[in-house]
Amino acid sequence: MLKDEVKQLSDGPDWNFPLLEEYHVEIKRIAEHYRLDTYPNQIEVITAEQMMDAYSSVGMPIGYNHWSFGKKFIQTEQSYKRGQMGLAYEIVINSSPCIAYLMEENTIPMQALVIAHACYGHNSFFKGNYLFKSWTDAESIIDYLLFSKNYIAECEQKYGIDAVENIVDSCHALMSYGVDRYKRPSEPSLSEEKRRQQERTDYLQTQVNELWRTLPQSNEKAEPVEPNFPAEPQENMLYFVEKNAPLLQSWQREIIRIVRKISQYFYPQKQTQVMNEGWATFWHYTITNHLYDEGLVSDNFMLEILHNHTNVVAQPAYNSPYYSGMNPYALGFAMFTDIRRICEHPTAEDKAWFPDIAGSDWLDTLHFAMQNFKDESFISQYLSPKVMRDMHLFSIEDNDSSKYIEVSAIHNEEGYQQLRSKLSAQYNLSNNEPNIQVFNVDRKGDRSLTLRYVPHQDIPLEGKSAQEVMKHLHRLWGFDVKLEQVQANGNIELLCQSITPTP
Amino acid sequence: MAHFIDRRLNGKNKSTVNRQRFMRRYNSQIKKAVSDAVNNRSIQDITSGESVSIPTRDISEPMFHQGKGGDRTIVHPGNDQFITGDKINRPPPAGGSGAGGGEASDSGEGNDEFNFQISKDEYLDLLFEDLELPNLQENQFNSIVEMKTHRAGYTSNGNPGNIAIVKSLQNSLARRTALSGSKKRKVKALQLEVDELTQRGDVEGQFVDELKKEIAELKKRISKVPFIDTFDLRYNNFEQYAVPNSQAVMFCLMDVSGSMDQPTKDMAKRFYILLYLFLTRTYKKIEVVYIRHHTQAKEVDEHEFFYSQETGGTIVSSALKLMDKIVTDKFPANEWNIYAAQASDGDNWADDSPLCRKILVDKIMPRVRYFSYIEITNRAHQTLWREYEKVAEDYSQFALQHIRQLEDIYPVFRELFKKQAA
Repeated sequence: MLKDEVKQLSDGPDWNFPLLEEYHVEIKRIAEHYRLDTYPNQIEVITAEQMMDAYSSVGMPIGYNHWSFGKKFIQTEQSYKRGQMGLAYEIVINSSPCIAYLMEENTIPMQALVIAHACYGHNSFFKGNYLFKSWTDAESIIDYLLFSKNYIAECEQKYGIDAVENIVDSCHALMSYGVDRYKRPSEPSLSEEKRRQQERTDYLQTQVNELWRTLPQSNEKAEPVEPNFPAEPQENMLYFVEKNAPLLQSWQREIIRIVRKISQYFYPQKQTQVMNEGWATFWHYTITNHLYDEGLVSDNFMLEILHNHTNVVAQPAYNSPYYSGMNPYALGFAMFTDIRRICEHPTAEDKAWFPDIAGSDWLDTLHFAMQNFKDESFISQYLSPKVMRDMHLFSIEDNDSSKYIEVSAIHNEEGYQQLRSKLSAQYNLSNNEPNIQVFNVDRKGDRSLTLRYVPHQDIPLEGKSAQEVMKHLHRLWGFDVKLEQVQANGNIELLCQSITPTP
Repeated sequence: MAHFIDRRLNGKNKSTVNRQRFMRRYNSQIKKAVSDAVNNRSIQDITSGESVSIPTRDISEPMFHQGKGGDRTIVHPGNDQFITGDKINRPPPAGGSGAGGGEASDSGEGNDEFNFQISKDEYLDLLFEDLELPNLQENQFNSIVEMKTHRAGYTSNGNPGNIAIVKSLQNSLARRTALSGSKKRKVKALQLEVDELTQRGDVEGQFVDELKKEIAELKKRISKVPFIDTFDLRYNNFEQYAVPNSQAVMFCLMDVSGSMDQPTKDMAKRFYILLYLFLTRTYKKIEVVYIRHHTQAKEVDEHEFFYSQETGGTIVSSALKLMDKIVTDKFPANEWNIYAAQASDGDNWADDSPLCRKILVDKIMPRVRYFSYIEITNRAHQTLWREYEKVAEDYSQFALQHIRQLEDIYPVFRELFKKQAA
């Protein structure tokens, strides 16, 4: 198409709703051209203050009230006012319709960038990626959040703000241990959810009492070794507490359940940072370039887009004062761009490393990669030597038993494989979050709950905060709680405990 | 299909509740920060908002996380010098460059303090929380009466917004019954007669026709009675009535004699500013009388009280006499709650102190609700304090407090005006 034949869209810089609409139509057309399958979009324009509100509720459009969100709000407000941080241009929520917030202050090129990035990039990722598909239910999340907000408000009315706050505090402390990492029950609908909640309320208390009932006939002969309860260690601590804590009221169990569900909802986002941001960045880049190639947008427009895009994908080097780890936007964008390159212009190296995708249809390959991986597996599958070279990756081994830290691999022939597996491991959540599971409950004795920490690579548990978390767990469980560590030689060591003070 | 929604007009204060929750949870820490801050402020900006900082450890939310140590491998970007197998001295933990360390704490915004702003209103609320004027009584119908509105039955005229529908329809029903009841009864009776005649076959045409005509006539008249008439309308009536109103007057007595040096005067002013803010904030209508004295007392306005420079010797009784005069002239004790706050460095002409006590005991104490005396001095107490101590023994509504330094002002102030258990 010749540039002269196409009516160029205004490049602002100010925007208005009709103009947004025009841009949206074009972006949508191009997105469909690239087969981006999305939930319906709901695009909301908000002010900076509202953006701060959205920040502090960790991206939930509706959230229950809790002081910690107030704290986040104050922090955000402070650092924004002091100019220490800019606000994100957008926030996008994994729901159907997919809600995206645009900031009022953005110029029209920025709004277009954000629409491409959030409403088509992230949105299609939410809809397509297997983790989101199997862990979250975009249709019902808003309803569930509303339900939880109302439920908690109701509890505050009935039982007092402090009582509810205590429970929520304790749940927040254990939030990352409220996730089923491996299994997933099918998601019931909201009405089903409500009905079940009623049932649970009626039923649960008796169930639990049953569990603890000491039988009247005393066991005369000593029991053989008592089997552990739970029979298998449980990774979902909040679930275990919700179902088995002896003294909790049914409303308290429901609150645990709410926090657990929300934690579960955010779990996929934690595991797909690089992919999700990389995918969205790749598409805003590709879509805006497509707009430019069709002659729909001006040079001014494109320069502003590129300027911002460059900022987003900047990766400071390890020795830069701005360095704070790998930038997920940079890594993700580099990898998706590289996959496209491998498909379209494979080199001999690519053919050796990626025989199955080199030369294949790039769009198919890209969609396949987006749908079937999480950060960890995505990196170990697709990180190519070229990206490692371009980013000058190197790995540092830091073993506290030696005096030095050592460079264990760099971006050379011998290092590629190692670097790839190490970077992949770096995004493995189970390596980063301490592995702590419910190990045993002393059912016949003092009802104490024992957790076990299995260190990964001898990395110890941070003691002070662990002690605090144990206090929270103690509050939920109602009886003594202990945390043990399995040492390398198989010995069991008591790390910390929280014990009911004897009167 | 996408749609755009303009949310900008929606409230921006979605987080207000959460912020309040936060303030509520850390109320005691914030309060402490506020009371520390009040002493460090200059007199002029005592009413602006405040930056509050509370220790980060108090507000942290604990999580399980990995500690230092163990065997870690981390991939970094931007290799510019390393090859495999290089050994590097372990860099010092966190931060590194020594110069940077000092700067963070200088600005008062280092990592161990959580810093945030509270608004002026929040600040003053916290400052004066749980304070009140002691012994305040609702005693009087003031000339400037406070009015309250209450319902007072119904009236037959009013504005259409106040129509009492139920009452109006009740009236309508009553009127219709009154105007048509007897006719309806008559219609019924006549109808019965007609029926009877028809049944008997006694169809003497003319008589029945006459009856029927009469019935028709009655029915017509019944139908003429209007369903609702202006006469039926009733309106909700509201009346205003006077409510008993507590009026209070605060006498501020300040010593400005030569013995009061500038820092002492500043402290006294600070105290009065707190008092003034507290009164104007908590009690909407309160009179404040300012009296300053050296050898002579003078009633002055607010501006002169706080800013004027004037000195001389000290005769405390002059101020008390003036106060007594003003009370007698303007503020009869049965109509007013009378309060007084006196600040002095305790320096008085020795012979005058017993006189002060006499005036207090004879004239002032029987009439005031509360009299607080603060002495701002670093020296030993003199005659005035000792005389006042005697007064305090006899009267529970007399309080005396001693301020030595700036930091004492706010605690003493709280002590004087703390809410008493009911």
